Amino acid sequence: MLRFILQKILLLIPTFIGITLAAFMFVRLLPGDPVTILTGERGVDPERRAAMMAQLGLDQPLPLQYLDYVGKLLQGDFGQSLATHRPVTEEFFARLPATLELALFAILIAIALGVPAGILAAVKRGRWPDHLVMGVALTGYSMPIFWWGLLLIMLFSTGLGWTPVSGRLDIINYYFEPVTGFMVIDAWLSGERGAVASALRHLLLPSIVLSTIPMAVIARQTRSAMLEVLGEDYVRTAYAKGLPTWRVILVHALRNALITVVTVIGLQIGVLMAGAVLTETIFAWPGIGKWMIEAIARRDYPAVQGGLLFIAVLVMVVNLIVDLLYGWINPRVRDGR
Amino acid sequence: MKKHLPATLVLGVLCTFTQAHAAKTLVYCSEGSPSGFNPAFYTDGTTFDATGKTIYNQLVQFEPGTTQVEPALAESWEVSDDGLEYTFHLRKGVKFQGNKDFTPTRDFSADDVLFSFNRQLEKDHPYHKVSNGTYEYFEGMSMPDLLKEVVKVDDHTVRLVLNRPEAPMIANLGMDFASIMSSEYADAMMKADTPEKVDTDPVGTGPFQLVAYQKDSMIRYQANPDYWGGKPAIDNLVFAITPDNAVRWQKLQAGECHHMAYPNPADLKTMEENPDINMLSQEGLNIGYLAYNTEKKPFDDVRVRKALTLAINKPAILEAVYQGAGKVARNPIPPTMWSYNDAIEDDPYDPEAARKLLEEAGVKDLKTNIWAMPVQRPYNPNARRMAEMIQADWKAIGVEAEIVTYEWGEYLERSKKGEHETLLMGWTGDNGDPDNFLAVLLGCDAVQAGSNRARWCNKEFDDLIQKAKTITDQAERAKLYEQAQVVFKRETPWATIANSVVFEPERKNVQGYKQSPFGAHYFGNVDLSE
Repeated sequence: MLRFILQKILLLIPTFIGITLAAFMFVRLLPGDPVTILTGERGVDPERRAAMMAQLGLDQPLPLQYLDYVGKLLQGDFGQSLATHRPVTEEFFARLPATLELALFAILIAIALGVPAGILAAVKRGRWPDHLVMGVALTGYSMPIFWWGLLLIMLFSTGLGWTPVSGRLDIINYYFEPVTGFMVIDAWLSGERGAVASALRHLLLPSIVLSTIPMAVIARQTRSAMLEVLGEDYVRTAYAKGLPTWRVILVHALRNALITVVTVIGLQIGVLMAGAVLTETIFAWPGIGKWMIEAIARRDYPAVQGGLLFIAVLVMVVNLIVDLLYGWINPRVRDGR
Repeated sequence: MKKHLPATLVLGVLCTFTQAHAAKTLVYCSEGSPSGFNPAFYTDGTTFDATGKTIYNQLVQFEPGTTQVEPALAESWEVSDDGLEYTFHLRKGVKFQGNKDFTPTRDFSADDVLFSFNRQLEKDHPYHKVSNGTYEYFEGMSMPDLLKEVVKVDDHTVRLVLNRPEAPMIANLGMDFASIMSSEYADAMMKADTPEKVDTDPVGTGPFQLVAYQKDSMIRYQANPDYWGGKPAIDNLVFAITPDNAVRWQKLQAGECHHMAYPNPADLKTMEENPDINMLSQEGLNIGYLAYNTEKKPFDDVRVRKALTLAINKPAILEAVYQGAGKVARNPIPPTMWSYNDAIEDDPYDPEAARKLLEEAGVKDLKTNIWAMPVQRPYNPNARRMAEMIQADWKAIGVEAEIVTYEWGEYLERSKKGEHETLLMGWTGDNGDPDNFLAVLLGCDAVQAGSNRARWCNKEFDDLIQKAKTITDQAERAKLYEQAQVVFKRETPWATIANSVVFEPERKNVQGYKQSPFGAHYFGNVDLSE
């Protein structure tokens, strides 16, 4: 097992180097530069422009800029955001908890609803529950997130008044210093009556919206994985032994179907990060998705590079965990058989 | 005992409620995050709303709702006859705010003015490079060339010495980059080896002091009890950062905010019909225009520019793009600005005359492009739609135009280099001075800087606006600007399209809010009724 883990970790090193290069090139390939965006309609004379580019270190040849960037990375310096003049690390980690909180709730909802729905569809294959689940999943998968978010806001927030429109807390009635950045936890730590409920109510719609696509994917994959497993001999054997249906499905079949499901869930973490961009914009959720989009629009090179790198590492770590989970669920994977 | 529990609970909840409501908290749904808390570093209105309009004051300010300059931290001022020396008499007894690292021991004085300007002016100033500071607006307004020195005459008198006369100077000093910061705070932070706190944990003299900023989420302020203009009527001011305009509108309806910025033009009608909403509107200090690239053929020929302008049906654009919320623009400056030349007649919509003019110029089967901005701006809510309408108008006189659009950064970059033939652009004024439109957008120097996107350099026009800069008498300046507008109209480097109306919806219980012609948002005079 240890060798398996080490192998996986060693593989991350070239991936990481590739990502630094990709992130570095990606922002610079976009037309326009930070100075142009900053000066906007106003424009800037060539002399002043050259001075500003030099101040940002953008007057150097690209390979030198890259070496400088990597050199600083090795010392743990991710650079400073051009927009705010603050360290990229500070900017990123100030927003990460909001995204993680949202992603965590979204994936929990997606699993809690997606897996049982997939099992149900598989077991009732070809009958109405199957058609219903697959129909809803297809709709969920094809839903334009922006439209879906606004629709829910109009229905539940402005229409019925059940949930708040956007934000993370009722800011008219509550105020406390953030401790962890996770609003639900901070609300609980504040001890203010009703604060936790307010934070949860604010989380509800955005996490439902963000969970929509992963939920659909999870339901579909669970269904097909279950169908495959249900056709195996050992399942027939289990039935033949006279085990109750629920036991065959949940203990015998599901455990093997889970390998596929866990992979899918792992892959969905990346999707969640991407989906968070839209969801965060609709619900004014102060996470990293929205921050990255703004950084790209401003050609804030250090922020985009740093952000991409952190997100990539996050996804790599999640995938590593998924790989390890495989090994645990299915020993054949870790033994290389 | 058990029986009383629900009652106690209800009472408890009620108490929390009444307690919470005892303080007046106004929530403003803003459109984005501030870039930071030192307005001198940045150029965006979102940052200025969150700093220069709340935490800080300037020497002079714009009377709320107008472009008129009025005293702020300077009670009065004189300008020398040669226009080179500005002497400011500072307000006494003005208190700086404090924070957890700093308690002021003295009132606002000349030292603070010197610190605020010299930090930006002097490259060897100990604070010049702190926080990797760049002073875009200071540079953009040519302050380093203009300012020779800032002199402390006594504790309450400051003199600005200029290298050459610059009539818009007083208006410049009302802008956010000229916000006054505490030199005592700066010294204290330098001593504590945390100089960048001056920029991240701001201390000003303004109506509100910063309580907390949660990135991309909200900014919380409390009223400054010692504010020299009197403590604001509201106790707390919260900016709820909400980038999407549809969501801002939903929040306003749900009562999650009291005032919102930049509504979507398509929502205006519903907003006006909502009984809980008050719709404020004001003619913006802006212009939306189509620039002809006068360096490219055949747009170097005034007859071609005139012909294409005559072919544009502006009233139809006003109806379709601005939903009626604007006026046809005649001049390069908006009608609310002093020196606006009301005697100038606009080019009528006359496709027949346009066709003749094109023939006269010997232009046949003209194929060109119209660049349409990808972003929504107060001066142009939908550039794509506008471009399509102009395209159709031109087609009617036999001119084929292709619509080109790029992502905003690329659009700015390419248009600055003059790659376009005709392009849609616009401007919102910074300081209410005509120079801020005519020189910035049409002066010969501005061709190099890229903001003169018609790339039009006309000696007659440029001489007039350069001369107007050197005169302090406003009536005399106005005459020169009026003449410049005549030259502009004759030469037609732009087709002036519209001066838009800026809308701001708010809940009915908000009182005393005044819209700013500059598009700024100021809550110092606002109250909330029950």
